[in-house]
Amino acid sequence: MTSTIPNPLALIAELTHRCPLHCVYCSNPLELQSRTSELSAEIWSRVFKEAAEAGVLQADFTGGEPLARPDIVTLVRAARSAGLYVNLISSGLPLDEAKLAALVEAGLDHFQLSFQGAREETANEISGTKSHAQKLRVLDWLRQHRVAVTLNFVIHRRNIDQLEEMLALAESSCATRIEFANVQYYGWAFANRENLLPTRVQLDQSLTLIKREQERLQGRIRVEYVVSDYYAKYPKPCMGGWGRKLMVITPSGDALPCHAAQVISGLAFENVKDRSLREIWEHSAAFQKFRGEAWMQEPCKTCDRRELDFGGCRCQALLLAGDAAATDPVCCLAPLRPKVDAILAAANLAPVSAAAGLAAPANEPVTRPSWLYRPNPS
Amino acid sequence: MTPELHSFPRLAPGCRLNEKTQQPRTLLMPERALRLNGPSLEIVERCDGQHTVQQIIVDLQKIYSKAEPTKVEQDILGYLTLLQKERALDFAL
Repeated sequence: MTSTIPNPLALIAELTHRCPLHCVYCSNPLELQSRTSELSAEIWSRVFKEAAEAGVLQADFTGGEPLARPDIVTLVRAARSAGLYVNLISSGLPLDEAKLAALVEAGLDHFQLSFQGAREETANEISGTKSHAQKLRVLDWLRQHRVAVTLNFVIHRRNIDQLEEMLALAESSCATRIEFANVQYYGWAFANRENLLPTRVQLDQSLTLIKREQERLQGRIRVEYVVSDYYAKYPKPCMGGWGRKLMVITPSGDALPCHAAQVISGLAFENVKDRSLREIWEHSAAFQKFRGEAWMQEPCKTCDRRELDFGGCRCQALLLAGDAAATDPVCCLAPLRPKVDAILAAANLAPVSAAAGLAAPANEPVTRPSWLYRPNPS
Repeated sequence: MTPELHSFPRLAPGCRLNEKTQQPRTLLMPERALRLNGPSLEIVERCDGQHTVQQIIVDLQKIYSKAEPTKVEQDILGYLTLLQKERALDFAL
């Protein structure tokens, strides 16, 4: 029933899958879309107008690296003039001072600068490039502009012990927000999971530190911390519930209910080249598939928490349970929770190799994991 | 963390109202949005670095003259504190 579907609130625009970085936990699918399949600025402009008309408040420009689009300034201007709040989630490569000024002048509201660590060695290892020094330059240029700045850190076994250094970096900058998101295990991160999962001790130490720092920095820097859901008791309300708040548009224009939805076979995705955003939101079979509660199995079906977490993440259910309609196996009530516990047990038995940039303890060999790096699409 | 009465609140970088033509009026912030009704909109519109907290209180006590003045003051201070926690305001002295 159309009337019961709430408006989408945010449009996640994956402008390109091209990226100068090769991060081992990239949220892009294993099968990357090529440059030639990317939507034109004209189509994106129409999509932004349709989004604003459908009730969307914010556009998140992401990728790949959104700055890899030569028409990025045009796209920012189009989204802003359509009435959207414009977030840019970027590595800061490739960017110079003139381009940054042009982006702000075009109406950019919020620059989310992604870091792979507080130390150059960690950052370069995780991103498979030398990128850290450029990010520090961008952070310095941002002082000149009236734009919100967030430092985004993806957190895992190899950098979770650097949170204090990351906070110090934020405090020395113009950032008003810092986001620590523990890796969630899909795509590239799923492939690299055993080298990314933190130990329980690491996680508990990080939680204590974050609570203290949130209080200390209140009113100055907003500190957000997202825990790895493998360690949670209940699943996350993935994407705020399937088809309830967010839409992801891929570089070629496919509309997805979540970044990873393409792993679920049998879902047919509509493309913004063929249909309006509102039509897709309301009628696309992929958006309808796990909307509401009719699809749920036990124990979700009769669970009191089903309106809080909506059964958790469909892609995770597929990856861990082999069934996209199963209860998210990270839930303590899920029949397959023992599988997650076994993964955690293994992660907690394995030695934590020396964090990059730090000398290893005398009794521990210096080991560097063998990463599966994300390549660049053609 | 009650705001200082003589300070000048101003929306922080990247925090802004949507356009007057867009309804409902909404305060847009990084990763967040806050729908504004009558009094909250009156307050946020005055967080421009030109009004002190005291001036905002006096203005709203005039607009909402039927309400108890001390209640209006408390509500405004409470709302500004909430926005400060959201990191939506800077206070200049």
